[in-house]
Amino acid sequence: MTTPNLSVEIAGIKLRNPVMTASGTFGYGAEFAPYMSLEKIGAIVTKGLSMKPKAGNPTPRIVETPGGMLNAIGLQNVGIEAFKAEKVPFLRTIATPVIVNLYGNTLEEYGELTEIIDTIPEVAGIEVNISCPNVKQGGIVFGTDPKAAFEVVSLVRESTLKPVIVKLSPNVTDVVVMAQACVDAGADALSLINTLTGMAIDLQKRRPILANITGGLSGPAIKPVALRMVWQVAKAVQVPLIGIGGIMTATDALEFILAGATAVQVGTANFLDPSAAATIAAGIEEWLVANGVSDIRDLIGALKTDR
Amino acid sequence: MQFKSMVLSNVEVSPSYFRLRMTAPPTISGSQPGQFVMVRVNPAIDPLLRRPFGVFDLGTFETAYTDCGRQSFLEILYKVVGKGTALLSDLHQGDHLDILGPLGKGFTFGEPAGEKLLVGGGVGLAPLYYLAKELVKGSKVNLFAGGRNKDDVLCITEFERLGVETYVATDDGTLGTRGLVTEVFEQQLAKAGPNAMIFACGPFPMLQAVALLAEKYQVPCQVSLEAYMACGVGACLGCVVKGKNHSDSTPDYRCVCKDGPVFDSKDLLWS
Repeated sequence: MTTPNLSVEIAGIKLRNPVMTASGTFGYGAEFAPYMSLEKIGAIVTKGLSMKPKAGNPTPRIVETPGGMLNAIGLQNVGIEAFKAEKVPFLRTIATPVIVNLYGNTLEEYGELTEIIDTIPEVAGIEVNISCPNVKQGGIVFGTDPKAAFEVVSLVRESTLKPVIVKLSPNVTDVVVMAQACVDAGADALSLINTLTGMAIDLQKRRPILANITGGLSGPAIKPVALRMVWQVAKAVQVPLIGIGGIMTATDALEFILAGATAVQVGTANFLDPSAAATIAAGIEEWLVANGVSDIRDLIGALKTDR
Repeated sequence: MQFKSMVLSNVEVSPSYFRLRMTAPPTISGSQPGQFVMVRVNPAIDPLLRRPFGVFDLGTFETAYTDCGRQSFLEILYKVVGKGTALLSDLHQGDHLDILGPLGKGFTFGEPAGEKLLVGGGVGLAPLYYLAKELVKGSKVNLFAGGRNKDDVLCITEFERLGVETYVATDDGTLGTRGLVTEVFEQQLAKAGPNAMIFACGPFPMLQAVALLAEKYQVPCQVSLEAYMACGVGACLGCVVKGKNHSDSTPDYRCVCKDGPVFDSKDLLWS
């Protein structure tokens, strides 16, 4: 059999394969270059950027739980100016699309930041973070109220010509309502899910382990929730979806594609194995060959639910 | 560097403390003392994350197979504290591990003429052994080892074999002087000649005390920190500590995995 087609397109961004890295788990790309050829994956999504550098939360910021980890990093990042000066020169040297994840402390800041990023030619697209559970502003406030989400996405959409992807939170009653609001506001694609709010307790000390008390749960433990949400949203909206949540293997990634995702993002797995995203991309190709599928696009949303 | 490794031995050297020797690629010999490795203790998802361990020792050994010649090994010294280290302690010769490293910034040696003062507590002695091996090649090395009791004071004979002068203190007096290792250390530090240098690794309160003594006696001091880590390569920002300029209004966080684990004690906030 000839080599199967692995390329997909998200809102005009052409990906050589459907495997991207999830924001916050891959730094700004260069951190992982010693461990993996970045040209083996579909796209890189940067650490969430804000206008000003942000220090993040006090420590401890991470704790492991069965099948997952909780983090309360608090969106620590270098800020847009340092990103342009220090990170973009490296990103210019790689032949892989770079998507910038961004967040604002206010509605206006989302717009201003988007306008700046719009002027950076090395950035292929924008992922709007309205779903970080660890900060009051810039995160969950916009991600849990459909009206606020509509406003912020509309503003970002008006502020750039680049593709706009919105990253949704699972910490809502009905993810479909949020997805619909973002699409109505002009989102070109949706990525889902961000982390689930969770907590870990040290019994002996009778205290929460994280300084922030709660954190965002990621890793294999959240995969079933993420799969369900991708499947629900895929039935409701027409824009491409990027599936995220506990993807550790090619099998996991393919399940998300069957559920309706056009691409996937690998997050926590990057911590266990810095070349995980490339391994997953290679594994998808192997699976397609072994199963006689000539084009990955034939699998998108191909889940059979009839009995 | 990421490599598959085979366990050569895994020995309990003191109650709940293990010394694990494993195969490593020849490039491991380029590691700096103070660097660490991230070990995936099993391929399952619980425990999920790798565990960081300072490099205790490196070397080569003659393999049983004549065609293989000499092969490199890496050793870690660890204490069983949770699920990950408990699984690690169950490994036997021939078992396999997935290793990432060496990672981070190690110790700077300083002028050979100066006296080298090593301070370690418990499992904090681990990176100091490989450091001592390098330092004794050109300098006089003193080790100050502390612990709650004699079981926490590890591998002293190995240090002595290198020619290191050792001072021991335990909280309960079961080995060496009764009391804190930093008290014994201060007595010697007061007598230390010019160009002396301090290298410390151990629990945070001990490092804090050592850093204050270094300031008091105006002796350069490097500390190796321990932290919860997810990635080990500076991406997740989970392992940060407060830098010297940190305040609530001007946060200054340093990544233990990438900016450290070895820091100049003056670069961190100890209060």
